[in-house]
Amino acid sequence: MSPALLELVLSSTLETLYMVAVAGLISAALGIPLGVALYTSRPGQILARPALNSVLSIITNIGRSVPFIILMVAIIPLTRLIAGSSIGTNAAIVPLTIASIPFVARLIEGALNEVGPGLVEAAQAMGATPMQIITKVLLPEARGGIINGLTITVVTLISYSAMAGTVGGGGLGDLGIRYGYNRFDPMVMLVTVVILVVMVQGFQSLGDHLVRKSNHK
Amino acid sequence: MITLKNVSKTYGSGDKAVVALKDASLTVPQGAITGVIGLSGAGKSTLIRCVNLLERPTAGSVVVDGQELTELDESALRSARHQIGMIFQHFNLLSSRTVFANVALPLELAGISKDEIKKRVEPLLELTGLSDKAGQYPAQLSGGQKQRVAIARALASRPKVLLCDEATSALDPQTTASILELLKDINTKLGLTILLITHEMEVVKSICDQVALISGGELVEVASVGDFFTAPQTRLGREFLNDFLELEPPRALVERLEATAGPHTHPVVRLAFSGDAVSTPLISRLARECQVDVSILQAKVESIQDRTLGLMIAELMGDSRQTQQALDYLESHDLKVEVLGHVTRTA
Repeated sequence: MSPALLELVLSSTLETLYMVAVAGLISAALGIPLGVALYTSRPGQILARPALNSVLSIITNIGRSVPFIILMVAIIPLTRLIAGSSIGTNAAIVPLTIASIPFVARLIEGALNEVGPGLVEAAQAMGATPMQIITKVLLPEARGGIINGLTITVVTLISYSAMAGTVGGGGLGDLGIRYGYNRFDPMVMLVTVVILVVMVQGFQSLGDHLVRKSNHK
Repeated sequence: MITLKNVSKTYGSGDKAVVALKDASLTVPQGAITGVIGLSGAGKSTLIRCVNLLERPTAGSVVVDGQELTELDESALRSARHQIGMIFQHFNLLSSRTVFANVALPLELAGISKDEIKKRVEPLLELTGLSDKAGQYPAQLSGGQKQRVAIARALASRPKVLLCDEATSALDPQTTASILELLKDINTKLGLTILLITHEMEVVKSICDQVALISGGELVEVASVGDFFTAPQTRLGREFLNDFLELEPPRALVERLEATAGPHTHPVVRLAFSGDAVSTPLISRLARECQVDVSILQAKVESIQDRTLGLMIAELMGDSRQTQQALDYLESHDLKVEVLGHVTRTA
């Protein structure tokens, strides 16, 4: 591989990491509260709001049902508004984030659902406010499940980011398609795939390690 | 300290309405331990959850420490709950927190400073025998230790009342005994009023002052533990007691029992002694005065609070006139006499 190509591999790797990191952080920051809202607004829950719950649930389902490649094109006006352009790495981050917010939210909701109802009841008996129940009971008790959910999200983001090339976002997936697939360069194809596999393995191992560390069950 | 007045709880409405609690009234005096006993589904859990309004009663009044809870708004209710500790059958400890942090939780919720929390948690761990377990996580503890943590946690906010929801039902008999001892201990030391629900008579017998029997959502009998164990007033009360005392005649005897007396039979009687009758040498007097021989088939003595309860199954041996005289003699001495049947003389 020529030094120029090598440099391209390196910058693509950084682009992928950049997209995944920014999209991951923002979607966690927005998806976790949405997941908490989805769970606590359920009928019979600590902040039961059945109507709000239905609305949130429908929006989340819509977000999750649109195929990523279609979503990316469909929200171009929004992307331009937020990122200032509809092409480039930053432009790719907008659809990546929007696609993973509902994904994160459902995973968080599922993780919270694993917390025993008796714990919430015990906290209520102690005179805890709903906010205290969320911050002192639900989130800490679901920590393992939450980390697990975020790991799954990061891995999904790595795979979604391969489609970022469609909007000129770059990244490893894009490199693999342009050089490896379109130009029949098996070496580039192999290298990008190997880097992606190593990246996914790394994030999964890190996630598993954090889950184990937080799990006292 | 706790007064429930005509408390009812109905789930659902219309045709699907399920009445879980009907017109329940109960008073737990300051410093007393009251046990609510009943079979599963009788409404015990609903009753105890109505005391701290984890279940909101459909009707009736709940007064704890002079405060009518059903009229409080959310925030006033939360502060009232600081005065009411609660422990549960399955402990409900936070697995992500150490023993120390679990006990500290109610104090954190109340916004108490870290230093003050440390000062208050440590004596509680000592009281419950957990000082060496402060840094461990609940998963590393046995059931009995977990319940001790739960008790320490319930006491952290210095409540006036402790509610125990089947607190020993998930524990083995030995651990149950040690937890009951701890409850009795804090009741005495801290003057804490305790309301507990259970399906085990043993729990009522060992620590309660007052017992309330619940069936089909209604409190059918409320009595002091001494009265209840010596003379239950309802059929259900007697059933509970007999199951608990397990004084049934031996199987071999039951097979020989006949319902009616014949010319060559002896009566078999079940005797229940309480009060003075326990300390009087009744059996030997009976033998002397009525000229009957008494063969004791089974007997046990139970101490309940300050009372003693004696139970005995015996065969009265003599002719029909002597045995009738013996039965009259026993009844005149305040004994509860029940003729179980008659056996044919073997000799």
